[in-house]
Amino acid sequence: MSKTETWKDPEQIAEAVTQMARDLRELLEKRGLPNPLMIGIHTGGVWIADRLHEQLGLEEPLGHLDISFYRDDFTRIGLHPQVRPSYLPVGIDDRHLILVDDVLQSGRTIRAALNVLFDYGRPASVILATLAERSGRELPIAPDVVGFHAKLESNEQIKLSGPHPLIMLRGRIPKRSATQAPQQSADNGSRD
Amino acid sequence: MIQESQESPQLDAHGNLKHFLTIEGLSRELLIEILEKAEGFVSVAQQAVKKVPLCRGKVIANLFFENSTRTRTTFELAAKRLSADVLNLNISTSATAKGETLLDTLRNLEAMHVDMFVVRHASSGTTHFMARHAHPHSSIVNAGDGGHSHPTQAMLDMFTIRRHKGDFSRLSVAIVGDIMHSRVARSQMLALKTLGVPDVRVIAPRTLLPTHVEEAFGVSAHHDLREGIRDADVVIMLRIQRERMNSALLPSEHEYFHLFGLTEKRLATAKPDVTVMHPGPINRGVEMDSQVADGERSVILEQVSNGIAVRMAVMSMCIGTQNSRAQAAGEDHV
Repeated sequence: MSKTETWKDPEQIAEAVTQMARDLRELLEKRGLPNPLMIGIHTGGVWIADRLHEQLGLEEPLGHLDISFYRDDFTRIGLHPQVRPSYLPVGIDDRHLILVDDVLQSGRTIRAALNVLFDYGRPASVILATLAERSGRELPIAPDVVGFHAKLESNEQIKLSGPHPLIMLRGRIPKRSATQAPQQSADNGSRD
Repeated sequence: MIQESQESPQLDAHGNLKHFLTIEGLSRELLIEILEKAEGFVSVAQQAVKKVPLCRGKVIANLFFENSTRTRTTFELAAKRLSADVLNLNISTSATAKGETLLDTLRNLEAMHVDMFVVRHASSGTTHFMARHAHPHSSIVNAGDGGHSHPTQAMLDMFTIRRHKGDFSRLSVAIVGDIMHSRVARSQMLALKTLGVPDVRVIAPRTLLPTHVEEAFGVSAHHDLREGIRDADVVIMLRIQRERMNSALLPSEHEYFHLFGLTEKRLATAKPDVTVMHPGPINRGVEMDSQVADGERSVILEQVSNGIAVRMAVMSMCIGTQNSRAQAAGEDHV
């Protein structure tokens, strides 16, 4: 993003996360899903999942998911510059999962994340919680629990910066020049 | 056509890997990038489905003009875990044996749309030669060329060292054995120095140590094992090739073990938490005692597992740049 401004400050984010935790608890109760496993998507999703995990008082450790190896743009832009290990401390077979990400846009990150999960096992169900949800969906994916609904122009972008403090930034995407290195555009936050 | 960097035949115009031929000329940042990406690939082995779809639809050919079990197998497994299709060419019964030139072999396989060649050859410089003549959309990975270079082995060793010791900038690393004929040692010395290891030592009988090794690589040379490994954090043992025994460079296996074989007793001069490594295959009772090889300070089997992750990182980094390279060359190859 070229010029950015604060869209949501740490206080607003903390409030939204608390609301998300409430909504999640309600949803879990309604569907009768005790003892779910929480999994955050690197990087922003893990930051939010960390806080949700604490507020929900989940006993089992938080899982981390890196989707770099499952992205659909590898042949176009190569390997994502930042790859982190995925870490699922508990087997996910027959478990109810809460998948957490920061921003939901095209839905491609979630598609990739689901593919990663299914290479680890066969979960009983997956709930999707995202801090923010915006227009621009390219796949039939919808969140179950959302912090913010953003109304944005197509060339506008929101991005979570963190982990301390958590700030949601908003800005316009600069037009990319043809000579730009292909790796530089492989920013996880620029698509979803 | 994008102007290629003159210094490095293995980087594209943006400084990304397109081939992986040698450690020489690669920056510390790039080596760290390889190590970090490899960390990501380690977790693939913990998946129920031990595969990621990164290189789905790509074809990777193993061209081993020299024998190898471990390296070829881990390269094959790495490619398969990336979901690539793997061709293992049996060189001894192939067209090469019938007189086909290396370049013709390359051209023929490229005509079959092979995307990557993993090459081991007895002649130094083979992979550089192939990289110079390869199509813009294919990649060459060096799996060992003569006495020159074995960069993926060096990187998997660096990866193993980093996992056990963390910071490179305070380490003492000793490499013991046939430094003269070892492409592994050459690549290790380059990688260790590039990553900022201040104290790299090579220990060998005089007949197996190249002259000017100290000046050429910035290492210190020793001829006494016990002195050489004193206070070392890492001791890397190299394989003694049996054929050297017949060439008057070494009197006998027995005598080599007597002077340079690693035993628990000798290891006592190194740091108490020393890590012992060996690229394999081990000659027990020649380079090291079984007690050391199977001891708790040995990470020899871990090196094998790490080799898969490191090779996945290198292969996916090279393949990841192929499309932009093909576009830059004005080709329509996806």
